[in-house]
Amino acid sequence: MTARRAELTLTVNGQPYDVAVEPRKTLADTLREECGLTGTHLGCEHGVCGACTVLVDDEPVRACLMFAVQCSGQAIRTVEGLADGESLHPIQQAFWEHHGLQCGFCTPGFLMLATSVLESRPDIGDEELREVLASNLCRCTGYQNIITSVHSARDQMRS
Amino acid sequence: MTVGARWTGRSLRRFEDPALVRGLGRFVADIADHHNGTLHAAFVRSPAPAGRIRSIEAPPGAPVLTAASFPGIRTICARLDRPDFVALETPVLATDAVRHPGEPVALVVAGSRAEAEDLAEQVVVDIEATRPVLDAAAAIDPAAPAVHPGLEMPMGNNVVLDARMATGGVDEAFESADEIVTLDIRAHRQNALPIEARGALAAHDPGTGRTTLTAANQMPHMLRTALADILDIPEADLRVVTPEVGGGFGQKMCVPREYVALVAAARLLGATIAWIEDRSENLLASWHSRDHSYRLRGAFTADGRLLGLDADIVCNIGAYSNYPVTFGVEPLMAMAELPGPYRLSQYRVRSRGVTTNMCPIAPYRGVSRPVLTLAMERLMDTAARRLGLDPVETRRANLVKDFPYSMPTGLPVDPGSYVETLDAAAEAIDLESFRRRQQRAAAEGRYLGVGFSVFGERTGYGTPAFAARAMEITPGYETVQLEMNPSGDVTARIGASPHGQGLATALSQLLADELGVEPRQVAVVHGDTDNTPYGWGTFASRSMVIAGGATKLAAERLAARLKEIAAHQLEASPEDIRLEQGSAVVAGTSVGVTLPEIARIAHHSSHRLPDGLEPGLAVAATYDPAGTFSNACHAAVVEVDPDTGHVEIERFVVIADAGLEVNPMIVEGQIHGGVTQGIANALYEELVVDGDGNLLTASLMDFLPPTAAEVPTIEVTHIQTITDASITGAKGVGEGGAIGAPAAVLNAVSDALTPLGIEVNEMPATPARVRELIRRVQPATTGGRQ
Repeated sequence: MTARRAELTLTVNGQPYDVAVEPRKTLADTLREECGLTGTHLGCEHGVCGACTVLVDDEPVRACLMFAVQCSGQAIRTVEGLADGESLHPIQQAFWEHHGLQCGFCTPGFLMLATSVLESRPDIGDEELREVLASNLCRCTGYQNIITSVHSARDQMRS
Repeated sequence: MTVGARWTGRSLRRFEDPALVRGLGRFVADIADHHNGTLHAAFVRSPAPAGRIRSIEAPPGAPVLTAASFPGIRTICARLDRPDFVALETPVLATDAVRHPGEPVALVVAGSRAEAEDLAEQVVVDIEATRPVLDAAAAIDPAAPAVHPGLEMPMGNNVVLDARMATGGVDEAFESADEIVTLDIRAHRQNALPIEARGALAAHDPGTGRTTLTAANQMPHMLRTALADILDIPEADLRVVTPEVGGGFGQKMCVPREYVALVAAARLLGATIAWIEDRSENLLASWHSRDHSYRLRGAFTADGRLLGLDADIVCNIGAYSNYPVTFGVEPLMAMAELPGPYRLSQYRVRSRGVTTNMCPIAPYRGVSRPVLTLAMERLMDTAARRLGLDPVETRRANLVKDFPYSMPTGLPVDPGSYVETLDAAAEAIDLESFRRRQQRAAAEGRYLGVGFSVFGERTGYGTPAFAARAMEITPGYETVQLEMNPSGDVTARIGASPHGQGLATALSQLLADELGVEPRQVAVVHGDTDNTPYGWGTFASRSMVIAGGATKLAAERLAARLKEIAAHQLEASPEDIRLEQGSAVVAGTSVGVTLPEIARIAHHSSHRLPDGLEPGLAVAATYDPAGTFSNACHAAVVEVDPDTGHVEIERFVVIADAGLEVNPMIVEGQIHGGVTQGIANALYEELVVDGDGNLLTASLMDFLPPTAAEVPTIEVTHIQTITDASITGAKGVGEGGAIGAPAAVLNAVSDALTPLGIEVNEMPATPARVRELIRRVQPATTGGRQ
């Protein structure tokens, strides 16, 4: 059985990707399988864990709950687009400095979630930030160092 | 041993991280997605907990593989050599019967995961369902259905382990007691829930006849041997690679049926096949954990001394055994380590493993210790309350102070800081002022509580400890191969298999100090059976103790070689040579030779070596210690909302003693993560089934790991007791957080509810469970405050 495929162009980290995908194919699977961007991880595939968080027009989305065909013409950002060449983004640097990751599987999702909130609300307070970070699950760190990392990146990005 | 250490003891940033934060870490699903032409597998699973397979019907032409597709495949079976043990054999795919929901029955292979899953849904497994037995207590009943009909069960219906031990004077201890405290502890079924579910990629190379399994796994060498045994193929034809692994916590330690089937399918089809588990499969049928019941009796004097302990432990081990540690690991560890750090001379225990139609159990962070610590710590609090004593004083009166100490089970306990950590925790909490605050809150109708938990965690135990459990397979030692390359940098090949712990960074710190190099000059190779020495992997808080110990021994051998060559070059005595900052120098002088120069001589100009020294700079060492004990005291302050049953953790204090901390940042991260899982175990996470065995918590909407909103700031203080039980001084830290936290939390919840006369002895203490306890003592209310 050959399913009908939709042809579309995705813009990921500023680069165009021409893909032909089944309409049911999620954005996460498309990024991974069609664009070769496997930094976006899948932890639950039902929209709870947030490991697959990417930015679509700068808003964080669960890439496992969105179809690729919904994203044509929108600007998609993934973890692979954070660093500027060899220079890590301040949020990546902060996670490294403050031990904000252990196994690293949930990390891309947290990095994109944090990037979006710090870009849109650079002055967000600690309590609200904790609430936002509660969107995603981490099984290794106990969150404390993730929170410390994002606080540090917030201060870095403001200065 | 840390005198003059440049790197050991420093919170060095991890070498593992740059790739991970860039999204360039390669987990198994990433490797599968980057591999062209990968086929994908989906498993057809039993919807029924128990029954006989009448038929398996696949759509015409569908590539469906069943047990019949693999003639000659053996069962998965690990054994204990003891008379009170019944071995359970697990078929790779179900043959004539199914014994738990989610049991793999068939394997479908297709061009994509979506197609494979579509096809799997079209496979009809006709099962003649039989009455299941889900609960251990029910399964023991002689009238209960047998989970393994035809298998002789001499110790009772469905009883697969019935271990007992007793010291000589238990009855006398109870006769002389002023107070006998009886307690029922229940730890419900949970899932270790690594954020990356399981997954594997089996690639068969028809040219060489070799098969490579890339897998999310903690024990690659053990997995290779098991695959060779079960599939009856030469072990040299197998390679197991564990790439980046997204957490394990024990769930990725044991040999999964699915990985064996995948390798068999790849060899049958001459193909490369991936299986990436989805989260519902993971919750249903990966491995479950806990599911213990304890009945404890403690004999106390009026002033709170514990004279004797009598325990009856029942573990629901599910339908089959895990491999290699067997289902015996839960009941036998509980039996051996229950008395913990409390001095008592009289101990009697019966510990049973019972098979049921539930998913099999595998070790989960701490294995039995979170539950046995919960049992002992609830016993201490309950005794203190009955006797009108202070819980901290009661603990202090019973804790081991003199070392070495021998548990009533004969287990030796090396020096630790049991009393010191308790005192430090009580001080951190400021117990007196908390009690005043608690009273003021009570006057306002609020329920605040504090709970303590003291424990010792047996870690870093080698072969003798497993042999004492009568295990056929004793995953004890570790080997490290160390080589200084011609350029003067160092490659360490290890049998351990880290999956997020940062072991490569920590070992590079150890090696840097031993060899006088920079940590960044060390490459640690792990997780590839073709490129590492045989070893047991990463589990049981063992890696820094055992792999770290082997690393230190290997480094000493390499350092001796380097010194011998340098001494020859410098016309000095090897005893006078120091390795520091990339050179071998004569102590007290500036005369030296660089390590790259020595390395070139050793590899490229070996004619310049001293007589009798062989070319190259490769050494190896193995370490197989008897074991040590880490220890800690946890303290939690909570508020319980009596209307909703919700528990809010205000403070969580950890005074941890893991011996020498090679990288304190990593140690603290392990404690944070462990405590968070302990809090999750204590309050939130539970696998719930209905009477037919259907899992009601098959998604993360229902099985509830905590988020950043639920986990408090964890306040960690470090004590480092160095003993000679570990040659690095490190005592192991991976599991401790998860071991202590449930008891601290449940003691705090019980303390908060003392005015209502409620004791919480069941975990997780979900809001529903807490409300049920409150409803029992306040039957007239429906929840409103009075």
